[in-house]
Amino acid sequence: MPTIKVDETRCKGCELCAAACARKCITMSTTFSATGYYPAVCCAPDRCTGCGLCYQVCPDLAITVFKEEKK
Amino acid sequence: MLQVTKRPESLLDVKMHYCPGCGHGVAHRLVAEAMDELGIRERTVGVAPVGCAVFADHYFNCDMIQGPHGRGPAIATGIKRSRPGCVVFSYQGDGDLASIGMAETIHSAARSENITIIFINNAIYGMTGGQMAPTTLVGQKATTCPTGRDPRVNGYPIRVCELLAQIEGAKYLERTSVHTAANVLKAKKAVKKAFQCQLEGRGFSLVEIVSTCPTNMGLSPLDACKFVQEKMLPQYPLGVFKDIEGGKHDASRN
Ligand SMILES: Cc1ncc(C[n+]2csc(CCOP(=O)(O)OP(=O)(O)O)c2C)c(N)n1
Ligand code: SF4
Repeated sequence: MPTIKVDETRCKGCELCAAACARKCITMSTTFSATGYYPAVCCAPDRCTGCGLCYQVCPDLAITVFKEEKK
Repeated sequence: MLQVTKRPESLLDVKMHYCPGCGHGVAHRLVAEAMDELGIRERTVGVAPVGCAVFADHYFNCDMIQGPHGRGPAIATGIKRSRPGCVVFSYQGDGDLASIGMAETIHSAARSENITIIFINNAIYGMTGGQMAPTTLVGQKATTCPTGRDPRVNGYPIRVCELLAQIEGAKYLERTSVHTAANVLKAKKAVKKAFQCQLEGRGFSLVEIVSTCPTNMGLSPLDACKFVQEKMLPQYPLGVFKDIEGGKHDASRN
C-alpha cells in the first residue's frame, strides 16, 4: 500500500500537507515532537494513493512518499 | 517499497530556519530541483539576498555568494560576465528586489544580463518584522501602516512582472505561486524554464513566486494561503508575461 513517512525532526506542524491531501489521510499529532511542534501523521494509510501532493506543499521537505513496487 | 519522492541533491540535507508554513522552503526546493533536472549544480552560482533567505547559502548545494541588500542582480552580473560558463541566479524577496534593489533589477533587465532571478513576493518585509513592502496590498496591515496601506499616504503596490515586461531586455517573465500543490507544480516548470532561458543564452529571466509569510501576515499558514488566493492573486495575476526567443548572448558559451 502507498504510504508517507513524516520526519518529526523536520516537521513544523504547519498543516499545509493535511489541507493538500485530497483523501484526508493526514492529521496532526496531539503530542509534541522533540522540536515542540504537533507534527503531521498519516492517519489513514489505507486511503493514501501515493500522489505526493503533501510532498509538493511541505516547506520543510519533511515528507517522503512510498509506493508499492510493481511486480 | 519504492521511494517516489526524493530530496534534490542541490538542497543540502539540513533543517531550514524558516517559520512554519513559510513559502521560502518550497521555493528553495523548486530551484534545487531545477538545478538537479538540468544537471547544472556543479556550475551554478547563486546569490543569497538580505531578508529571511539570507541563509540560502546554508541550504543550496552549489556555490553561493551573500549579497548586500538589493544588490543581487549587480553581483550576479559580475559573476556571469566574468564566468560566462556558470549558471547564475539571484534569489530575492520583495523588500530586497522591489524596494532598495529596484534600480539593480530594472537595469540588469535593460542590459538583458543572462541571469535568472527568483523573486519571492510575500507582500511584506519578513525578516525585519513585518514592515510595509512595495508589494503590500492596499488595505493590508503592516507595522509601518498599522491601519492598513492607504494609497494617499503609502502609495500603491508595484507589479514587478508587468513593470519589467515593457523592458526589451527582459526575455522570460512569469508569475507563479506556491499556495496550493497545483500552483507549486506550475511554479516548478516556470523556474526550470527560466534557467533554460539562461542556458540558451537568451538573456534576462525572472520568475516571481507569490508566497506566504504567515508570521508577519499575522495568519495561520492555511489562512495565509487563503490570503494569497483571495487577496494577492487579484492584484498579482499569474501567468507568463514574456517568453522571447533569441537574445544578444552567445549560447555556445553557456
Ligand atoms: C542596506 C540595508 N538596508 C536595510 C536593511 C534591513 N533589512 C533587512 S531584511 C529587509 C527586508 C527584507 O524583506 P524581503 O526582501 O521582502 O524578504 P523576506 O524577509 O520577506 O523574505 C530589510 C529592510 C539591511 N539589512 N541593509
Ligand atoms: S518571517 Fe515570514 S518570510 Fe521570514 S521565515 Fe518567517 S514566515 Fe518566512
